[in-house]
Amino acid sequence: MSKDDFILKAEGLYKSYRMGEAKVSVLRGVDLAVRKSEFVAIVGASGSGKSTLLHILGALDRPEKGVVSFEGRDLSRMGERELNKFRNKMVGFVFQFYHLLDELNVLENVFLPAMASKSVFGWLGSRRWAMGRARELLNELGLGERANHKPYQLSGGERQRVAIGRALMNEPRILLADEPTGNLDSATGNDILKVFERLNKAGQTIVMVTHDERIAQKTGRIITLADGKIKRKGAEA
Amino acid sequence: MFVVVVVMTVITGLVRDFKDNNHKWVGDCVVGTESLVGFPYYEDFIKRIDGTDFVEGVSAVVKSYALVKNRNLEWSSDAEIMGIDALKHSRVTNFGETLHYRKNDVADAFEPVYDPNLSGFVIGIDKWLVRDDKGKYSYEDSPYEVALLVSCFPLTSKGALAKAGTDLVNTKTFYYSDISRSGLAGVDGSFIYLPLEEAQLLCGMAGAVKRVSAIHIKFKPNVKLADGCEKVAALWKGFVEEKKGAEHAGLLDTVTVQSWKDYRREFIAAMEKEQTMLTIMFALIGVTTVFIVFVVFYMIVSHKSKDVGILKSIGASKADVIELFSCFAFLMGLLGSAAGAFGGWLFLLKINRIEDFLFEHFGFQLWDRTMYAIGDIPSVIDLKVLAVIIVSAVAACLAGAFLPSRRAAKLEVVETLQVNQL
Repeated sequence: MSKDDFILKAEGLYKSYRMGEAKVSVLRGVDLAVRKSEFVAIVGASGSGKSTLLHILGALDRPEKGVVSFEGRDLSRMGERELNKFRNKMVGFVFQFYHLLDELNVLENVFLPAMASKSVFGWLGSRRWAMGRARELLNELGLGERANHKPYQLSGGERQRVAIGRALMNEPRILLADEPTGNLDSATGNDILKVFERLNKAGQTIVMVTHDERIAQKTGRIITLADGKIKRKGAEA
Repeated sequence: MFVVVVVMTVITGLVRDFKDNNHKWVGDCVVGTESLVGFPYYEDFIKRIDGTDFVEGVSAVVKSYALVKNRNLEWSSDAEIMGIDALKHSRVTNFGETLHYRKNDVADAFEPVYDPNLSGFVIGIDKWLVRDDKGKYSYEDSPYEVALLVSCFPLTSKGALAKAGTDLVNTKTFYYSDISRSGLAGVDGSFIYLPLEEAQLLCGMAGAVKRVSAIHIKFKPNVKLADGCEKVAALWKGFVEEKKGAEHAGLLDTVTVQSWKDYRREFIAAMEKEQTMLTIMFALIGVTTVFIVFVVFYMIVSHKSKDVGILKSIGASKADVIELFSCFAFLMGLLGSAAGAFGGWLFLLKINRIEDFLFEHFGFQLWDRTMYAIGDIPSVIDLKVLAVIIVSAVAACLAGAFLPSRRAAKLEVVETLQVNQL
């Protein structure tokens, strides 16, 4: 396998948090590599640092030590503007608690990333395209009829599908999902997983954090995080 | 916003009307002296400036004080007298328009209709008629015969009493020919206008070298006030130089050249001071508004920190977040001020009718019209004032929202989304 096949690499990641007087080390030298079109699950016990790792991989947080590189570019060397662009164009986030904007309807929530990256005039120019793309995504996710509903009018599974639609809006290179089924019942969770599987089959790279081994088994590779380090299981981890 | 628009429109209107009335009453420029002695050679100077390309009209004026007494009644009063050539003065000021009976016949302003051969006087309306509680005057169909004895202390060119040792005063009888309503309470309540030559005789200014108190000047329409006054001042300076050594030339040194604004400064300043006080008061309210907007936005940011985190997680920059809250503040200020301005405009449209209604049913008036020379309440919104108010409101909202917006922009995604689970 050539070096270029890795879309995301992490080397020697360290991260700790202060909890009162105590310092809790969450990541203690994590190394990780993800190939293009791979579907990876990060599992671990509660408090093992898997969410923290995901946020560092998606540039929502910074490591104390170590390097995260995306398509060969070191994220720590990126400026504020580049990081914003990275979060907007390269990565799509799906959170456990959906994190939709209640004031916006479903369609608006989905095209929000397209709006965030543009100036007022830029947005006016691309508005039609963005709305079309958002409708297309909602149709694919089975939410075409729900476009004008507000998030609080939807079920948990529907909200999570809206969140997936939002994450896919700008056609990101990688989808980072943090316990996407953690707040859903088993059947709904399976539906969401099927969406991920379908996306992955279409070539989407996905890194998913989950504490559910059953869910993790359905991914291409499982990375286990324990005591702030990766327990080697898969070939490249 | 509603209150600011209404109050500022009313007070601005009052000040504007007051200034306009002063301007019309004075003309553009005054070459004059405070001295009751007056100054000589005014005719020479009038000849000099009357032919210039920037002057439209010139009027010599005598100003002094007098005791007046109704010849047939036990009524007497003090008064300020102004001696003028009615026609010339009307070309410089709005004297003709202020008349009630001779409005279209200004040249005859001092000729009583009941006997044109008599020497007439024009009197300030508030010195002659009483306003009713709605501020209206009850005019006679035509002036009736009233003889007024006007007594002045004539002064020599050196300022001494001209008739010292004899009967001291000059007294002459004048007959009621018209009333003048300038819209200036102080003027209408104290001035009596007399023919220029008569006033000169009364005040001792009609000797071999005639004197006046002032020359009122009106500039041509395209002449800027400051430029015109500057030119007059330069001409006057040259004129004084020329007259050096002439008889009574020392009196010319007491003369100043002033624009109408400076000439009436002590009266205008009081009104402007009230306007300034109101502006300061509203500015303080503006500061309070900034604080209120700050608190509101601080609460909004606290409440919406998760949403800020969501936006930042999808790539919104700090500047985007500040822009978002600033746009919100801008719209809040713009729509709020537009709504307030609209309400104020509606209220101002009917303000005089509302006041009439309140007066008829409850006896309430904003100003007691028997005391104040105010007719209708000014209700025309000054667009400049409106623009300043709206811009200030928007600026206050933006200023109040600035710090909370910055705080929002600095929020960390992992903290706001509470995703720092280990």
